[in-house]
Amino acid sequence: MRVIKLKKDNLFPFLEVISEKADLWAPVKKGDKHVFKVVDDFSKVELNTTRTILPPRKIFLPQTFSMFNISEKGYEEDFSHVTKKILFGIHPCDIHGLLTLDNFFKQDYLDPYYLEARKNTLILGLSCWPDEYCFAKSTNTHIIEEGFDLFFTDLKDFFLVWIGSSKGDDLIRLKPEFFDENLTDKDIQTYIDWQTARDNAYKWSINFTALPDLMELKYRDPLWEKLGDACLACGSCTNVCPTCNCYNIMDKQFLGGKDGKMIRYWDACTLEEYSEVAGGENFRKKRADRLKLWYTHKLQAYISKYGKPSCVGCGRCIVTCPVDINVRTVGKALLGEKEDAFWLRFNKEVTK
Amino acid sequence: MNGENKHLTHDNPFLPEPARIVRTYYLTEDVKFFQVRIVDMEKALSFNYSPGQFGMISVLGAGDAPFSISSTPSRPGLLEFCIGKAGTVTNALFRMKENSLIGFRGPYGNGFPIEKMKDKDIIIIVGGLGAAPLRSVLLYCLDNRDQFRRVSLLHGAKKPAEMIFREEFFALKQREDLECHLSVDKDDTGKWTENIGVVTTLFSLLEKIDPVNTYALVCGPPVMYKFVIKELVNLNIPKDQILMTLERRMKCGIGKCGHCAIDYIYTCLDGPVFTYWDVIHMRELI
Repeated sequence: MRVIKLKKDNLFPFLEVISEKADLWAPVKKGDKHVFKVVDDFSKVELNTTRTILPPRKIFLPQTFSMFNISEKGYEEDFSHVTKKILFGIHPCDIHGLLTLDNFFKQDYLDPYYLEARKNTLILGLSCWPDEYCFAKSTNTHIIEEGFDLFFTDLKDFFLVWIGSSKGDDLIRLKPEFFDENLTDKDIQTYIDWQTARDNAYKWSINFTALPDLMELKYRDPLWEKLGDACLACGSCTNVCPTCNCYNIMDKQFLGGKDGKMIRYWDACTLEEYSEVAGGENFRKKRADRLKLWYTHKLQAYISKYGKPSCVGCGRCIVTCPVDINVRTVGKALLGEKEDAFWLRFNKEVTK
Repeated sequence: MNGENKHLTHDNPFLPEPARIVRTYYLTEDVKFFQVRIVDMEKALSFNYSPGQFGMISVLGAGDAPFSISSTPSRPGLLEFCIGKAGTVTNALFRMKENSLIGFRGPYGNGFPIEKMKDKDIIIIVGGLGAAPLRSVLLYCLDNRDQFRRVSLLHGAKKPAEMIFREEFFALKQREDLECHLSVDKDDTGKWTENIGVVTTLFSLLEKIDPVNTYALVCGPPVMYKFVIKELVNLNIPKDQILMTLERRMKCGIGKCGHCAIDYIYTCLDGPVFTYWDVIHMRELI
């Protein structure tokens, strides 16, 4: 891989130059959190963020979008959500999330609504520093070797820029004078020191390789009923998960006319009506059963298919779930480590 | 930059193919029969599928839903469906007259393992609306009768008025190359000439079987499976030769929307036909 240097002061001017080619999406502040948004004022771009509220999949598959325009003449394809985009500031775990979605949307049948949006978006990754909720080192998604056009490693005074694709190289060629081709031994040592410190900054870990067997063995464990009792079935975990892909489709007719749209929107397997069939039969009426499905997919099913969990360790479910049901509490409970905040609180509430 | 991507490199698997309702009539009070033809004649004639597969039918403005194909690929050109009134899409379909346009895409799912079933005895066990998917494989076996050994049909309905394909199945009783046993749980007409009792009571009428060389195909209401499977296991039919076709919610049919997920598989890709071994091996199937 071609690796070059970029002086820190040159980053925003560089983003400004490339943003003339396509809409530039980057993390910006929203309250005390961050979100991916189209930016034109580059001073608003945040470099030292942790996770954004929603994962970057919203840029490829918006929460609601139109698949077809419907009229008396029939169905007309609608790809208006596909525009040229550059996504800057995406962290390694979220790039792994996109690679997971790629596998899924390319499997068996190609999903053109995702793949076209993906093809029209350049990925400019950015290194990050873990906070107390990150566990990407446990899922081995704290490092990234593919899935980006450019990747910026922030080494304080300068960025190491990893060029991952021919298109990425084209971007560099728009302003070659911003970059320095020569890496010194000192630069490389700076990188090694940064990498060691970053790896040591992960505060906790979880043994994901043990979880598929435990999902099988503990499928009927009372732990699921307890989780089901606590779960609000709000769908927040699904909303923020970078690898969740479920959606619903409905026809929307415009008032007064015969025209309409076929709408596709995010859905969540944790919601009650998710598995309900016509006529009212519901195969997963219990919250515990819906949670089992979610965790089977994250911690077991994807491993059996692709050899890795469909969790990228971003920590979004940990910061989002109002009742602390997340990959950490569930994973640790499966492993028998119940001395967790969730269980301490839960046990207290029960014995009270 | 909108509108730049009109020329797509991928075919769109979500795009429904225009189709026409050729014939439709009531089979029972709340179940209707639909005969459908894909408008493009070439596509209509070349459309191929396996018994047990399903398709997505869409009604403009109402949405789409999955339906088993009740016709057999051995009679190409027309697709047949047997549809119960259950939700938004079926309500819209019930209002549509002959010659109306609908959308169709498919075929989806695995279907029955026809190749494995060849030169074997076939027992088809139907309960109520279970006839919708099983009629396809029954007609396929009868159209290719020399490829299979014994073929038997055990059919149960709640009462005579709820039996779908009544004339068709009664006519089958005349065939000498098919063992056809019909039953109703209750006869409220006083005119029923066949067996009375739940579908499992028909097993006593079945001639002695050769279990290792038998495939049993089951479809019916959820409550039926437990009792029928018990009979089949007692007859020593291998668990992976007991086949059943299952229903789940589906919004896409192509393994993307997630609604039909069971354990770690998708009903629309890996089903809807499962073996009894699958049921034991995986969770949540029935």
